Amino acid sequence: MDRVMVLLMGFISIMIINNLVLTKFLGICPFLGVSGRLDMAFGMGCAVTFVVTLSGTLTWLIDHLILRPYGLQVMQYVSFILVIAGAVQLVEMYVRKFFPSLYESFGIFLPLITTNCAILGLCLFVNLWDVDNLPEAVVLSVGAGLGFTLAICIMAGIRENLKLADVPACLRGAPITLITAGILTLAFMGFAGMVR
Amino acid sequence: MAGLWQENPVLRLLLGMCPTLAVTAAVKPALTMGLSVIFVLVCSNIVVSLMRNLLKSHLRILMFTLTIATFVTIADLFLKAFVPDMSETLGPYIPLIIVNCIIICRAEACASKNGVFISVIDAVGMGLGFTITLCVLAGVRELLATGKIAEQVVMPQAFVPWAAMGLPVGAFITLGLILALVNQVTKKQA
Repeated sequence: MDRVMVLLMGFISIMIINNLVLTKFLGICPFLGVSGRLDMAFGMGCAVTFVVTLSGTLTWLIDHLILRPYGLQVMQYVSFILVIAGAVQLVEMYVRKFFPSLYESFGIFLPLITTNCAILGLCLFVNLWDVDNLPEAVVLSVGAGLGFTLAICIMAGIRENLKLADVPACLRGAPITLITAGILTLAFMGFAGMVR
Repeated sequence: MAGLWQENPVLRLLLGMCPTLAVTAAVKPALTMGLSVIFVLVCSNIVVSLMRNLLKSHLRILMFTLTIATFVTIADLFLKAFVPDMSETLGPYIPLIIVNCIIICRAEACASKNGVFISVIDAVGMGLGFTITLCVLAGVRELLATGKIAEQVVMPQAFVPWAAMGLPVGAFITLGLILALVNQVTKKQA
């Protein structure tokens, strides 16, 4: 029971309190780039959640089964990025073969995920926090992906409404988006301290 | 040298936003980050430019990321060895240079089409543009959050530190306002 509790707390913590986008500044590029429309944002969120789960789990396994026993931590970054690029490629091929309509709607997002810092960031954090069992690593990965989806969807919802607002000319586009994101982080800070 | 202003990676192209926001709570880490990015950018541009004729196009991105990852590892080990405190502060954001879009973008847009000399100049220009922007942003935030710049006290005693500027909120809002300012200035010039 304790174990389940720990996992649940970890999940909530990474999804809301330590949300990668809003408190760790990871994955800002797609967060700003793709958050213009709600459906696109949701598609991106799903793709990221999938890839982050896969690569978070794989990198944890590689790190603990191959790199650490042989003292090869120097190779960490190179192997992590290779795993992520590989996972993205795999997902792309799989989706194209079996769900062509979904592939159409993902479009260019899939290859872009390779350079999404949220994914590499999570893999690095999982190792930095010394997560020592597989279930925890998996739960953290899923939580991070869902947290990203949550943040990008909230942002897209706000931006859709922002189109109706009268924004001063020099603030249009990126500046107002950044300021909105800032206020959003303020809202999320309210959760801080809820769980360790 | 277009990277300094006309194509400033952060202010104009909106590339590399993650480190820009994350490490700019104070000037020193921002400067370290900027210098590491210049190092990685120059090295990877040289390598990519040298091997541009050998690359198959579908393996291109993969080779770029591997090259970059190698140099980032070098930079990371160097920082760990010589400035351990700084390495501690920057934490995972140094390895995250690997996925900094500026570097991949320059490898793709410049180094894979031009010779070594042009690529190096381009890398230095872009890197400097990035570093300067980072330092300006960090300067503003550090000044407002603590009343100091690069750990030197500059504000009068009566100044009340504005803690929110050191938090994520401050990063987003300061960058938003700087972008707005840049938009305004460019429009006047045009």
